[in-house]
Amino acid sequence: MKKINIETGVGIFIILGLLCLAYVSVKLGDVHLFGTRQYTLKARFANISGLKEGAIVEIAGVTIGKVGKVHLNNYEALVDLFINPEVRLQEDSIASVRTQGIIGDKFVRIKPGGSEKYLKPGGEVLETESAIELEELIGKYIFEKEKQ
Amino acid sequence: MSTQPVIELIDVWKSFGSQQVLKGVNLSVTEGKTTVIVGASGQGKSLIVRHILGLVKPDKGKVLFCGKEITGVSKKELMEIRMNFGVLFQNAALFDSMTVYDNVALPLRERTRKTEREIGKIVHEKLAIMDLGGNDDKYPAQLSGGMRKRVGLARALVLDPRIIFFDEPTTGLDAAKSRELYRVFYQTQARLGYTAVIVSHDVPKVLKLADYVALLHDGAIRDLLTPEEFQLSQDPVIREYVETTMGPLYSSKMEDAI
Amino acid sequence: MPDFLEKLGGNALYYINQTGRMGVFLFYSVISILRPPYKIFPAVRQIYVIGTLSIFVIIFTGAFTGMVLGLQGYHTLRKFGAEGLLGSAVALSLIRELGPVLAALMVTGRAGSAICAEIGIMRISEQIDALECMAIDPHKFIVAPKFIAGIISMPLLTAIFDVIGILGGYVVGVKLLGADEGAYFSSMYKDVDFQDVYMGFIKAVCFGFLIILITASKGFYVHLEKGGGFGAEGVSYTTTSAVVMASVTILLFDYFLTSVLL
Repeated sequence: MKKINIETGVGIFIILGLLCLAYVSVKLGDVHLFGTRQYTLKARFANISGLKEGAIVEIAGVTIGKVGKVHLNNYEALVDLFINPEVRLQEDSIASVRTQGIIGDKFVRIKPGGSEKYLKPGGEVLETESAIELEELIGKYIFEKEKQ
Repeated sequence: MSTQPVIELIDVWKSFGSQQVLKGVNLSVTEGKTTVIVGASGQGKSLIVRHILGLVKPDKGKVLFCGKEITGVSKKELMEIRMNFGVLFQNAALFDSMTVYDNVALPLRERTRKTEREIGKIVHEKLAIMDLGGNDDKYPAQLSGGMRKRVGLARALVLDPRIIFFDEPTTGLDAAKSRELYRVFYQTQARLGYTAVIVSHDVPKVLKLADYVALLHDGAIRDLLTPEEFQLSQDPVIREYVETTMGPLYSSKMEDAI
Repeated sequence: MPDFLEKLGGNALYYINQTGRMGVFLFYSVISILRPPYKIFPAVRQIYVIGTLSIFVIIFTGAFTGMVLGLQGYHTLRKFGAEGLLGSAVALSLIRELGPVLAALMVTGRAGSAICAEIGIMRISEQIDALECMAIDPHKFIVAPKFIAGIISMPLLTAIFDVIGILGGYVVGVKLLGADEGAYFSSMYKDVDFQDVYMGFIKAVCFGFLIILITASKGFYVHLEKGGGFGAEGVSYTTTSAVVMASVTILLFDYFLTSVLL
């Protein structure tokens, strides 16, 4: 009787603990144990100006994935994009690096294309727009004003 | 007297901090006999036993078991040697969190490959020798002092050791209880024939069980004698000890009256 | 002056020896864990003592920690008009810092003290000597199950603490003070990363290990402790000092672990 009590107590404790651990790590920590296997696309940008791993990828303001590893390749930024499996992107989609608000986090916005063909996992988004830098914009504005 | 001693201590020294407790102890224990170590409290009687058990290492000197030195051996060899020993500690040292049955079964479970049924048989047999039948499921805290000592003795006997050590077996027991323990001790030794080393200051009574008596005085064994020789010894130190513990009457011919 | 130096030297030597003893203790314990036979039931029993019996105190402290975080966080964030971040503020503080540390302190007080006293009593009542004389390794028999149980229990208790704390923050922040419910959870899901959870988990495992190492080794060597010895007073004194030492070490290691893992 005593042994059963201890075992029941330990069982309850471990199950409760594992449930909490699972909640904390899967729900909050974004650890994907099963399901939601995202597929990878690549995109090449001339300038990503501080886009970070884990940043959001969105279409029309809806999150559809996140940014994976960022490498330097042939003096350009090569970025992995993890896209949710239910979203398919046309071959002529346009990926652009944007900023939330004026000084907010960088993210990747995808503009859907009109092609019949879709990108396969591992494929590359060919059309990209680099980050618009605030300093450059301001500089250009002042420069053009001076010319006038 | 001609047999080789199972245990020999040769010139053992031990100090704790600045206190020199043992100053050259020499002692030999004869196989199949009962050796009693007596002496005033705080002299290091238990310390001698702890040396033999390998729990304490001497600063200087040797402890031999069957001619083999205990002090230098590896942990594994020491464990092998200890399989020959059974110990009844001062407070029985039963495990509080385990029942009487589990306490006695522990050495069998940990040190042998016996099945639970064989273990049960041996444990019940030993408990029966100690008049402890029907106490299997009690915890040590529920037992009286005398019962605890007997459980401790059952546990010490359970692996059929060659030598059993008794560290102050009767402290904390009243006269009737200690007499009962001596009776159990006497019976089991007669039946099982083990060698016994008893540390005690319960002097007149314990001498009845002894084959040899050793007096520890001032960090050394004064002498190793038979009980008769011990009580009639002319050595002034032994004489004084005998007189203070047994009263002057015992000093001469009154030993029959013990 | 020489007297003072002698005392200083003596103390330094004592702490060096104590650290060495813990190292030796750890060495034998790890070896005894690795060496067969492996017995499961003693470890289960210790998980019961360390883990199951701590659930109540963990839930209680976790709930109130979360609630006070909700209260404080709400009033602070409202000044900046950022009540929407309440969820992530509560969850991040719990998962990264307060969960592991407070759970560890609770376990130290509840189970650590018991471990130290239990082993200390086994030492002074010669039970440890008795084990050695029966040729049973006391590290394997007494200490190994506690280590296993401590390392398993702490992350689970910490996870319980985190979840209960997040719920406590939710109750106060959303139900009582009226922060937005959707924002509470969505900010939490967005801002907590795997890195944060991982950090909390590693901390919990390390703390579990430290608690057992310090309290068990102090109990095991109670006869060698300053103020220890073979009496009941020695055990009580050593237990107190073990709890203090374990608590301080947890806070110390919390800083170092954070700086390494961040």
